Amino acid sequence: MKASPKTTQRIAKVLIWSSAVLVIVILLAIIFYILIKGIPQINWQFLTEIPRNMGRSGGISSTIVGTLLLTLVAVIIATPFGIGTAFYLTEYTREGRITRIIRFSAESLAGIPSIVYGLFGYIFFVTYLHLGGSVLSGGLTLAIMILPTIIRTSEESIRAVPRLYREVCFSLGGTKWQTITRAVFPSALPGIANGIILSIGRCVAETAAVILTAGSALRMPGSLLSPTRTMAVHFYILAREGISMEKAFGTAALLIILIFLINVVFNMLVNRYVAKGR
Amino acid sequence: MEMNQSKIVIKNLNFSYKEKLAIRGLNLEVPANEILAVFGPANSGITTLLRSLNRLGDLIPEARVEGEILIDGKNIYAPDVNVTELRRRVGMVFDVPTTLPMSIFDNIALGPRMGKRSKVAVTEMVENALRMAALWDEVKDRLNTPAARLSGGQQQRLCIARVLALEPEVILLDRPCSALDPVSTAKIEDSLRELKEHFTIIIAPHTVQQAARLADKAAFILMGSLIETGPVEKIFADPKDKRTSDYITGRFG
Repeated sequence: MKASPKTTQRIAKVLIWSSAVLVIVILLAIIFYILIKGIPQINWQFLTEIPRNMGRSGGISSTIVGTLLLTLVAVIIATPFGIGTAFYLTEYTREGRITRIIRFSAESLAGIPSIVYGLFGYIFFVTYLHLGGSVLSGGLTLAIMILPTIIRTSEESIRAVPRLYREVCFSLGGTKWQTITRAVFPSALPGIANGIILSIGRCVAETAAVILTAGSALRMPGSLLSPTRTMAVHFYILAREGISMEKAFGTAALLIILIFLINVVFNMLVNRYVAKGR
Repeated sequence: MEMNQSKIVIKNLNFSYKEKLAIRGLNLEVPANEILAVFGPANSGITTLLRSLNRLGDLIPEARVEGEILIDGKNIYAPDVNVTELRRRVGMVFDVPTTLPMSIFDNIALGPRMGKRSKVAVTEMVENALRMAALWDEVKDRLNTPAARLSGGQQQRLCIARVLALEPEVILLDRPCSALDPVSTAKIEDSLRELKEHFTIIIAPHTVQQAARLADKAAFILMGSLIETGPVEKIFADPKDKRTSDYITGRFG
């Protein structure tokens, strides 16, 4: 017997609703659990003091700085190369062997576990280039790791810019470069920014690749060549070694808040830029 | 400038995409300071013809052009021609009003700015262009608001103003009113009638009636070939070719 369209309609509605509700409930449950356990740990001392006694007491200030520095280095290095590659793929070359090779490489890179990046970074940056376990080694490793994300999201958003925008710009006597900078890039920016936000999230949350390349030193990083520990690594070590679950939850909660804040601020900047035109 | 001197002379033009010939052996003269309507059924190669006049067809990698297009006696496909310079002289308005996602002012200033004009000159050019396109009074108080907030008809007049700000010699319009209501269409036709004093205008009208209303001269094109051309009264009252009269009277197309 076949179900009537009305019944299938109802079943579909229930299934779609329940999957959405289930996902949201699980996500919110995790976030709230961490925030409820972690937020009481967060106070002025926690934010401003460096960890003492392996992290059992004191704060986590050096790991906050480490996280921000490492992410900044990675994003500053990866963004221009990623966007450049995306523009090359979309505007400067025709579909063919080279574009397929680049795209295939980027997609393969995106699927590699981060520990493999860590190993590569350890062998190449830390050992071979003698950069040591440092902010720079870690940042460079993370830059390679997020490159595929930036290339792919940028490429997609550049492709989504209407062809007419380009034609208008050319028809007004624009050169290719002027067309890209004045018509294509501004329209693609929200999508490109989205890729960068995703990448920031991955950098902030990364542990395996960071332990191998940036080390896990607890002191405040003094330069790009100092070793450092990120919040995610700190959290991992605190929990894994059973040093302090309270501090671990505090770190995790702050990590969530930090990612949230980065998202909000970045979106605000992009929206302010985009609002001029829409 | 002498009256009825040919601004543009197209000589034996062939235009092909890959294997497909879009324009075949087309010869046409366009007089200065007149409106020429190039009309015919869809897919006749009219858009291709317009795009070959400002070399926008160059953007398609598989496109091939043979023959000559002379503007003021100079072949625009000669190797020493500066294409961006040419596109400034031969402005284009597209069938869909395409404002870029920026303010009204920035849209119109785009061309002059890309031409490296001074800031003072740009401001002046924007105002002149808006006045010529009869849009100034409607937008002068909100030049910094996004162009996308204008109505469709206003957006298309903005596109015309954007072309005028280039201070071009020739204006190409590819079915500029096909997405607009009759009132907006009438406004655009009025401005075009005034603009022809200063410019050479080639329009692909979206209806035969628009060609008859607006143009001084008309050219009927079918399957990439010119069927006939002449003063607009002559073409519509007494076409030489049966295909022209069939199309005008609505027997096909």
